[in-house]
Amino acid sequence: MIATASNPRVAHPMTPVLGHVRQRWMETDDTFTLELDVERSAPFSFRPGQFNMLYVFGVGEIPISISGNPDTPEVLTHTTREVGIVTRAMRQLEVGDVLGVRGPFGSAWPAEAAEERDVVVIAGGIGLAPLRPVLYHLVAHRERYRRVVLLYGARTPEDILYQDEVREWSSYLDVEVHVTVDRATRRWHGNVGVITTLIPRAPFDPKNALAMICGPEVMMHFTVQELHRRGVRSDQIYVSMERNMQCALGLCGHCQYGPSFVCKDGPVYRFDAIEPLFSVREL
Amino acid sequence: MKTMTLAESLATVPFFEGMPQKYLDFISGCAHNVSFKKSEFLLFEGKSADAFYVIRHGQVALEVEAGNKTAVIQTVGEGQVVGWSWLVPPYTWHYDARAVTPVSALSFNAVCVRQKCEDDPAFGYEMFQHLTQLIVQRLMATRIQLIDVYQ
Repeated sequence: MIATASNPRVAHPMTPVLGHVRQRWMETDDTFTLELDVERSAPFSFRPGQFNMLYVFGVGEIPISISGNPDTPEVLTHTTREVGIVTRAMRQLEVGDVLGVRGPFGSAWPAEAAEERDVVVIAGGIGLAPLRPVLYHLVAHRERYRRVVLLYGARTPEDILYQDEVREWSSYLDVEVHVTVDRATRRWHGNVGVITTLIPRAPFDPKNALAMICGPEVMMHFTVQELHRRGVRSDQIYVSMERNMQCALGLCGHCQYGPSFVCKDGPVYRFDAIEPLFSVREL
Repeated sequence: MKTMTLAESLATVPFFEGMPQKYLDFISGCAHNVSFKKSEFLLFEGKSADAFYVIRHGQVALEVEAGNKTAVIQTVGEGQVVGWSWLVPPYTWHYDARAVTPVSALSFNAVCVRQKCEDDPAFGYEMFQHLTQLIVQRLMATRIQLIDVYQ
């Protein structure tokens, strides 16, 4: 089973278990998805928004959010972008290759607190990957929520993740999906403009909405500003933060963010809890 | 069912939000309904900026020619405004605007609106406040676009 800090049956949460690459495919030019079969003795489960530490033996270990369906966690799904040595090595893995896996770690999207409310999911770029599990959950338990709105921004049409699923969600009559890209040619027939331009037009009640945001920090910064302008309070907004997580247990201190550790207290924070820190440079 | 007057329908457009009713009545005298087929152009770069549009239905792409391809710089949809070049000399458009879908819109005669601004400076100031908000929003969006946040 997967090592967790709270599970006494596991020798040590720093000890990885083995994950076998079941499938790997490219989502975009530089972004790929790995499906892993993990050697475990008990069922694996995770909450939307949590992450695993993936270890490419001999290269390094990095945190990657879980992007699969929490209702079918038998297969561990991770989507990531090739940005460094470890992800480059990960991209070159073949079916059957082995990774070390630790997790799941961290806090989750507030799926229960969102019940009976309008839910606005706002993803920028690869930020859709950590939000996909909660989208699966919202769609699977649609009756628990009022309006479900996905606002998704990508750099270009070619950078849109999970295109088949985004198309499928768009086809649901009870899910509002708005996609925009920062730049496009005439071949693209959708919205062009930054993600913040979608917020004033999005159909939700600001008084009763709960927003979940994931994307580059600068994108989240402007998105929060626009939500505030729309009347959404900071305690109705959740963001997923990214920092240099190494131990994932709140011990090493690499991911310290003010008084908290992103690996343990995050990555998902209610915005009012970190608002004073959010605009502090180099924190 | 009561049909809304043009001035009443303007009050529901975000651009005109907060504008006193007397000014909505005033400016509605410069407006009329128009429609565009898919792919039809609302305006062309370099041509006289003699109108601006409030989109009622459909989507419009603001485009610039970049070498031998056309770049879409922004799309504008329901309730949004196309055009502010009519406000400042030399009153020429800085981009093309093309209907991505069939579009219905309110078209405002720019000469008429400019004249009303001249005739009633208080109205002119009100118009400038609304347009400045729009320009600031677009400027902010452009800045975020330039940051290239997903790079």
